[in-house]
Amino acid sequence: MSDIQQLKKIASQVRRDIVRMVHDCQSGHPGGSLGCADFLTALYHHAMKHDNSFKMEGKGEDVFFLSNGHISPVWYSTLAHAGYFPKAELATFRQLNSRLQGHPATHEGLPGIRVASGSLGQGLSVACGLALAKKMDKDDKLVYALTGDGELQEGQIWEAVLFAAHNKVDNFIVTVDWNGQQIDGSNDDVLALGDLEAKWKAFGWEVLIMDGNDMQAVVDGLDAAKAKTGKGKPVVILMRTEMGAGVDFMMGSHKWHGKAPSDEQLADALGQLEETLGDY
Amino acid sequence: MKLKDIKSSGKKATRDGFGDGLYAAGKADDRVVALCADLVGSLKMQDFIDDYPERFVQVGIAEANMMGLAAGLATAGKIPFTGTFANFATARVYDQVRQSIAYSDKNVKICASHAGLTLGEDGATHQTLEDIGMMKMLPGMTVINPCDYNQTKVATIAIAKHEGPVYLRFGRPSWPMFTEDMPFEIGKALTLCEGTDVTIFATGHLVWKAVEAAKELEAEGLSVELINIHTIKPLDVEAVLASAKKTKCVVVAEEHNIIGGLGESIARVLAQNNPTVMEFVAVNDTFGESGKVPDLIAKYGLDTKDVVAATQKALSRK
Repeated sequence: MSDIQQLKKIASQVRRDIVRMVHDCQSGHPGGSLGCADFLTALYHHAMKHDNSFKMEGKGEDVFFLSNGHISPVWYSTLAHAGYFPKAELATFRQLNSRLQGHPATHEGLPGIRVASGSLGQGLSVACGLALAKKMDKDDKLVYALTGDGELQEGQIWEAVLFAAHNKVDNFIVTVDWNGQQIDGSNDDVLALGDLEAKWKAFGWEVLIMDGNDMQAVVDGLDAAKAKTGKGKPVVILMRTEMGAGVDFMMGSHKWHGKAPSDEQLADALGQLEETLGDY
Repeated sequence: MKLKDIKSSGKKATRDGFGDGLYAAGKADDRVVALCADLVGSLKMQDFIDDYPERFVQVGIAEANMMGLAAGLATAGKIPFTGTFANFATARVYDQVRQSIAYSDKNVKICASHAGLTLGEDGATHQTLEDIGMMKMLPGMTVINPCDYNQTKVATIAIAKHEGPVYLRFGRPSWPMFTEDMPFEIGKALTLCEGTDVTIFATGHLVWKAVEAAKELEAEGLSVELINIHTIKPLDVEAVLASAKKTKCVVVAEEHNIIGGLGESIARVLAQNNPTVMEFVAVNDTFGESGKVPDLIAKYGLDTKDVVAATQKALSRK
């Protein structure tokens, strides 16, 4: 079996986990989570050199930060499949006394999480700070961060974007989940982002564009981004995704940003997603 | 210590104490890094930058990013000190401090100059009188407001060794120095003099005003207990209760809004444990304005005579 096939199997299971987790507690954000399942799977099982025994400081390993914290289901599932904590714990998502908070948090000590996120726009700054620390410590590993496209409407994002370019933070790969949707509608309707590629280039970043729902393209894109690190510029991947990717009735609209499926919709969704590694 | 022995040895700004303390902390521990949002001169950070340029991060006028960067640096095991004005270290970035630092348990030292009215002519846009309230409400946040140059210097050194987020509040003006050789321990009230008739708890610049007031009151034959609460959170509850039990009369003096400051913290502790007559010397829920420091202190009721009047009023209610 090729690596790509294996990654696809993991991503399919991650998607099953996402819809089941959100259905279990009847809350959460399935749309963006499904759209980023291929990316997070490739990141943790192909691109990053990381240690699932989890040390907060992340010395000598690649580190990932999720800035758009509302897509926590995809991250929790990915971390569980990467061995950070038992898969059975996914059943506690958004429940009282769980380590799997609605939005990621360090407070309950969930392995794999290094900062709380949920209030948007903050994760790039934090990730950039850790990238800066790696440079100070002459640690040659990389820092990754994922942000939503709607999240780019937050001003702090652009403070971090200016800073990283000015300070040549070139061990830093940011990915934008460019699904074109946000809570109240499309980005274009709510607050258009304009020419994103030109904007990031103008800020001094190396820019790649990638299809985020084609596993081969994601693997190739991450490899290409890594090849561009260490050359004096931070790197951004503008990742085209489909909100709800993998579940037909959740695709093509912003309506599944933060909505849980009914019992019938869950059955419909699971019928479209192969159980490859066993449900939690 | 006797009240008459508390004397000013000269004047220097608390922010100078921060600059000198930062340098000492950086010299002692190479995990200490400093960040500044385009206010190096105002925060007195140049000595640190000159000797440890590789551990200094100029972030530009981008305080939200600075708080996030600090959280990331702390995640990697650094001890970041952020430097900007108090208003921009709190109100402007409250959500960043809340989520990325406090809720995430990051070992970041948020260092804030130009707090209160005493930055003077810049006026109310910069005169934060709400910062203690905001910061003390964050779970896990330590809040310290030192009273003079020396206490700010030793507090800066102490917070580098303290694990956890800290808000360190200091100011712009030259101010009497009087705490040389006095002990400093985070969370431990500093008794400046013992007395039996009334307790004055004071923090920050108003500690000196309280010293002057206590001397006037003593000249009138009153026995004043003067306690410096430099650490507003965690509050030294034991010291507060012990003194209130003894004097049965309390005054609190601070350069902050009467709402949300040290006074309310002490009032809560006393209301729960030992209801006591209290008066407050603080800004009465208003914004400040431009002006000379002495004029602002007089107009907004933070002067020596205001501490004396509040104490007399408290005693009359005892």
